[in-house]
Amino acid sequence: MNKILLVIRREYLTRVRKRSFVVMTILGPLLMASAFVVPMYLATMDDGDVKVIKVVDETGWFFGKFDNTGEYIFNYSASDLETAKTELSESGEFALLYIPRRELTVPASAVIYSLRPPNIGLQGYIKNVMSKEVETQKLRINLEEMELKEADRERAMKLPELIRTNISLVTMRIDQEGAEEQTYTEVMMAVAFVSGLIIYMFIFIFGAQVLRGVMEEKTSRIIEIMASSVRPFQLMMGKIIGIAMVGLTQFLLWVILTFALVSVFQFAFADSMPGPEVRMAVPVTAAGPEGEAEAADAGAQIARVFEIIDSIQYDVILLSFLFFFLGGYLLYAALFAAIGSAVDSETDTQQFMMPVTIPLILAIIVANLAIANPDGQLALWFSMIPFTSPVVMMARIPFGVPIEQIWISAALLILGFVFTTWLAARIYRTGILMYGKKVSYRELWKWIMYRK
Amino acid sequence: MALFIADNVSKHFAGHTALDRVSIRVPEGSIFGLLGPNGAGKTTLIRIINRIIGPDEGKIWFRGEEMHHKHIAHIGYLPEERGLYRKMRVGEQAMYLAQLKGLSRKTAKARLHEWFEKFGMSGWWNKKIEELSKGMQQKVQFITTILHEPELLIFDEPFSGFDPINAEMLKKEILQLREKGATVIFSTHNMASVEELCDHIALIDRSRKILEGKVKEIRKEYSTNTYRIVFNRMNGPLADILGNDFIIVDESEDEEHSCASVRIPQGMGSNDLLRRIAGRIDIHAYNEILPGMHDIFISAVKENQGK
Repeated sequence: MNKILLVIRREYLTRVRKRSFVVMTILGPLLMASAFVVPMYLATMDDGDVKVIKVVDETGWFFGKFDNTGEYIFNYSASDLETAKTELSESGEFALLYIPRRELTVPASAVIYSLRPPNIGLQGYIKNVMSKEVETQKLRINLEEMELKEADRERAMKLPELIRTNISLVTMRIDQEGAEEQTYTEVMMAVAFVSGLIIYMFIFIFGAQVLRGVMEEKTSRIIEIMASSVRPFQLMMGKIIGIAMVGLTQFLLWVILTFALVSVFQFAFADSMPGPEVRMAVPVTAAGPEGEAEAADAGAQIARVFEIIDSIQYDVILLSFLFFFLGGYLLYAALFAAIGSAVDSETDTQQFMMPVTIPLILAIIVANLAIANPDGQLALWFSMIPFTSPVVMMARIPFGVPIEQIWISAALLILGFVFTTWLAARIYRTGILMYGKKVSYRELWKWIMYRK
Repeated sequence: MALFIADNVSKHFAGHTALDRVSIRVPEGSIFGLLGPNGAGKTTLIRIINRIIGPDEGKIWFRGEEMHHKHIAHIGYLPEERGLYRKMRVGEQAMYLAQLKGLSRKTAKARLHEWFEKFGMSGWWNKKIEELSKGMQQKVQFITTILHEPELLIFDEPFSGFDPINAEMLKKEILQLREKGATVIFSTHNMASVEELCDHIALIDRSRKILEGKVKEIRKEYSTNTYRIVFNRMNGPLADILGNDFIIVDESEDEEHSCASVRIPQGMGSNDLLRRIAGRIDIHAYNEILPGMHDIFISAVKENQGK
């Protein structure tokens, strides 16, 4: 047992310390971040037009709080949301900022409707103004209460914590008819496609590393020494697990670094907007609710969207992503290890690579279709077959998949990788010691069936 | 006592038999030569001893116990095809291999530094294997083979790739290891080094063991009863003196002495030859000619293949 840990440790450390790993770790997030940031930046590189943003503020808290800049003019409108939305496409205004009223709580969310995606600088500015304003109001309310209760010290100590407010700002693209749920679907599609694609790429990149690692041991002949120290199975699993950990490390670093980079850029853009003045005490002008039923209806609609977004089962998505990520990798890595053990040189790998890569490529194709139709027969079946399920299932999960389907698919995937590992182990232990022989499928079959 | 015993071991691969009921006994503390032509099955046998592969039939024993995975910690193996992780640093690699053989980090490190010192490799710790010359790599590999102080050492062509000075050093190390109690299985095609080092041998040909025993006894067994006489010629040719029953195999002459190899026919002994020549020629030296391992190898293999 100890030996497999030693093998894992070596496989992990030698790879993580490589210069190429460090370069990829830094380059990856730069590329990914630039995929986010460049469009943002381009969006802020303005055409010079002054954009008008209509503000529909049901709370009345933010009247006059958004300052006009050279770029944006904020128009405060008293009309209700539906009217404003229909007007938006006609009026030539850039966007509609809607701040719904929430019963019992302070306003903490807003929606931007626009025909074109609003840039991040604007979003940052709006968030900034809103949170400052809400904080000011909260502080004021709290201070008033304190006066009533006469110097409650502990409360005063907690004030900054109490008033911290996170504004959630949702951007909604609307078409001419004012249908807005599109963005939500797009988010789902993006999550689905990206997670499927990451799994696909991960399997290919790190599967190839397993293949090369096994071949390196074979061609450098160290295998003979290794085989006289550890069991071939330990060596194979040690390598597969070690490389999986390299992959996870890289993935984690990418996520953290990308996130960090994007946030840095976001801050940078947000700061380029004029800073809002901090006012200590402003009277709340309660919005005269005109057409109350209408407003309540729109409010409910918005609430529903927030609900949907809140209801995305992030835990389910995240857990299944990790599971299918690892499961898919383990299934294919074993096959890659078997190929590496059976051949003498890189050129010989071709004939065996085909049957391994075809299901993978098929998976990404089906995943594309599954995103369009997540509950179709095709998507269903391919999300059950272990060879394609990691990619296809991940493409379905963000749209919501019955939990029992996920369990069945997961169970099948476990069976799948137990099977491929068993198969690979049998090929591996014979293959690694076999030299100078061009191996055919017939030969592999004999190795698999060989009784000991 | 035998440290290692293979008992009727057979191994079949798809289409051919690599070992056919081979039995060998490797006495403790011996240097055991494992000989045979290319493709005879030596490597297969060595792999079975190392437990890299298992025998299809037969049993193998280590120190009186049936061989088990735990025993590989007591075996050191230097394969003919040397190999190390080329991109890894020398020290790290040696530490890794030592730990896989069950040494603790601390022990491995201490012993490695000792050996590096001894072999004049102290500055190599952080070099990559691929930066070393072939001879240097061999040294690293040798050290990793013996670092865990195995009871049984298997050297497959250990001298290939070494220059004469390093080969001599290696030979000394092998002899020292034996003195410290290790048993050595030594596979080579270099018969001179077999004569020099081995006290037991087994000869494998065409998947079968055809010869096994103490080197001295085997040479005796293969002796053709031939004696070498160095003498000064008296009167008349040697053939006349010897008569018809003794056969002169070889005769030569230089300025000082004559030299002849004489085979004694069956039923007669060395004394009969001495008696025949005593007083008739001036004898300077007289000794038995034992066949070399080289000749024994060839004649045994030919005999086996002639069957």
